[in-house]
Amino acid sequence: MERNQMHRQVSVMRQSLFDQGYLDEQFIQLEELQDDANPNFVEEVVTLYYRDSSRLILSIDQALERNPLDFNKLDTYMHQFKGSSTSIGAKKVKAECTQFREYCKVGNGEGCMRTFQQAKKEYTILKRKLEAYFQARQSGPSETACRPRN
Amino acid sequence: MVFEKGASSLKSVKAIETGKVAGTNNLATERKFSVLVVDDDAIIRKIHSKLLSKFPVEIQVAVNGKEAVDLYRSGAFFDLVLMDMEMPIMNGFEATKELRALGLKSLIVGVTARSSDSEKKAFMEAGLNDCHAKPLTSEMVKSLLQELNKNN
Repeated sequence: MERNQMHRQVSVMRQSLFDQGYLDEQFIQLEELQDDANPNFVEEVVTLYYRDSSRLILSIDQALERNPLDFNKLDTYMHQFKGSSTSIGAKKVKAECTQFREYCKVGNGEGCMRTFQQAKKEYTILKRKLEAYFQARQSGPSETACRPRN
Repeated sequence: MVFEKGASSLKSVKAIETGKVAGTNNLATERKFSVLVVDDDAIIRKIHSKLLSKFPVEIQVAVNGKEAVDLYRSGAFFDLVLMDMEMPIMNGFEATKELRALGLKSLIVGVTARSSDSEKKAFMEAGLNDCHAKPLTSEMVKSLLQELNKNN
């Protein structure tokens, strides 16, 4: 009974990440790549994402402190950050990155700063949720990829 | 799209012969292709390498365009190159032009986070056979390998 309960808990946690808009289809693509040779493939990719993007976030923070703002540089950094976020299916983070780039195009520095704060917030929330999910997954029975319910 | 076999005499393609599975397009019956993944993003290299590992292919990686060109110059052969656009030292556009100038006739497919048609078109002009958004999906990878298979 306990095993089934844990399984259900992990499944509910996973489903909520999609229902609440934190993750998109790309995350499922990663899950479908998991196999016996790489049972923690998704966790490895997500860990890599948080490791590599922390440097980018620092660069963007520093670039936002400059006066005047270099919107081309900001856009380049954000393009990379958006690309990485897209690769793991980080839906809300990706949306903020898109908005940031729109503000860069029109030279709206305040909009950039505001949106970046939101992007960092979503990035941190997702990190916490994924850490909790992977932890639960490791302690419970193995989870297989399945499409989220509509 | 025209796919041509590489002309290098140093190519090292292994042939894998297994029983054909009825009713399926069985890639395992075809020769083992050599694929080069060129991307400065470690996440993309990991994802694309994993996607490719599901098929009977040899995989090599390069972290920028210069590394890809150096690999080719040193005698490596690739049936398929997945080329990122924006990379430090040498970007995908320059690397593609260089590889074509050096005589690589194999399939080079651009993979880019740039979504506009004009940006993709500009990248194509370097000598790509095709260009897709990244990360690639398993369906897209399968389709590329099937195309290679058909033309070899």
